[in-house]
Amino acid sequence: MHGFDEALAAAWRLIVTGDTALVEIATLSLKVSLTAVVCAALIGLPLGAALALARFPGRNALVVTINALMGLPPVVAGLLVYLLLSRAGPLGPYGLLFTPTAMIIAQTVLVTPIIAALTRQVVADLWQEYREQLTSLGASRLRAVPTLLWDARFSLVTAVLAGLGRAMAEVGAILVVGGNIAGVTRTMTTAIALETSKGDLPLALGLGIVLLVIVLAINAAAHLLGTTARRAAG
Amino acid sequence: MHARATILPLTLDRVTYAHGSTVLIDGISTVIGASSRTIILGPNGAGKSLLLRLCHGLIAPTAGAVRWAGADTLGRSDVARRQAMVFQRPVLLRRSALANITYALSLQGRLGRAERLARAHEALAGVGLAHVAQRPAHVLSGGEQQRLAIARAAALKPDVLFLDEPTASLDPGACRAIEDAIRAIDAAGTKIIMTTHDLGQARRLADEVLFLCHGRLLEHTPADEFFESPRTPQAAAFLRGDIVG
Repeated sequence: MHGFDEALAAAWRLIVTGDTALVEIATLSLKVSLTAVVCAALIGLPLGAALALARFPGRNALVVTINALMGLPPVVAGLLVYLLLSRAGPLGPYGLLFTPTAMIIAQTVLVTPIIAALTRQVVADLWQEYREQLTSLGASRLRAVPTLLWDARFSLVTAVLAGLGRAMAEVGAILVVGGNIAGVTRTMTTAIALETSKGDLPLALGLGIVLLVIVLAINAAAHLLGTTARRAAG
Repeated sequence: MHARATILPLTLDRVTYAHGSTVLIDGISTVIGASSRTIILGPNGAGKSLLLRLCHGLIAPTAGAVRWAGADTLGRSDVARRQAMVFQRPVLLRRSALANITYALSLQGRLGRAERLARAHEALAGVGLAHVAQRPAHVLSGGEQQRLAIARAAALKPDVLFLDEPTASLDPGACRAIEDAIRAIDAAGTKIIMTTHDLGQARRLADEVLFLCHGRLLEHTPADEFFESPRTPQAAAFLRGDIVG
């Protein structure tokens, strides 16, 4: 395991010296994934809650579809967004392909079903509990949506984190629509894939460590925040 | 009592509720007036809670009708707004005790923010919970939670308040606090319609009794008369503590 030791030591040097390429890549990764998760949460939270409460023909089919889309392969999502953004596609004129914006769109497509599906389940369970009381107080189903989202906030943090985990970890979608262009669309996962295949293990390993630490830190922060807030709110 | 227009009396016209082929509420007809505390009694499974939900409009009868006075002039939403209900297990929102009440008031959409706050503080003080106003509702004790639920309902100043076994799982001290709160709400001019399985509580609170058995209304009599000389053998057996079949 001589090579591994060497790679690890080199990776460590890159991290502690704050290597410019590494910092740039890590920053872009965070920017893309966090933005995508914010977009996905803005769509997925109300969508999931509405699905939990609404009654309309085809609702069950929609629920099953969204649940199934949780397992959407990232490369397929990437391909769909690629077709959409490519020069001949409907959004071609905006010239978004191979930009961070394209990556954000692709990850939003990936993450929205996860947040929506988990939100639907959480809110449906809570609605069971609240339904009679809220109806008695005169809340319409539409008015109940923000109330339920707010009261389920601690469980929903987990749903959003699941989405963030998916976004941070995936490589297929952003590789297809971003193209892994150095300094423009190179993220941690795409760089790891590239550097590994090139044989530059120190950079790949360094990025891998940074990626793990970031994901761990985000989850730890969310957990800490959740416990504190939960204690404060009962 | 305030002389104001109310949605009472409540008229039940052959109200029936069936689930599949099982008839759970069987053609109940009666008129419930404004001026007394009405207690619904009956053995387990008699349909007491179901009857409350039918009256309150949470469930629609499968046959028959629930009619409120003035429903034609007021409209459906106004009739609903003049009712409130307290459930056996209080459902409280994950926010402060005070915010639970202001939330309910904001749903009614009639009061400004300052008025809502004032009304909520007043309601909390009315059930002796002024000191926990800012405390999260979920950390309150069972008895306090139920008092908060009652304060929330009372803050709406409804014409009629339904209570479904409000003291079912509480200790005697907590029960007394709840009964006091109910008396105060009654004194403020709100009609009380309540179910209980606690005969002592029924004797303390009832002005009149509706006695249900197997989904049928067997008696609707003044409380004194019901407890002294029940008209039906089922009610007599129920008051003796026998199992009513």
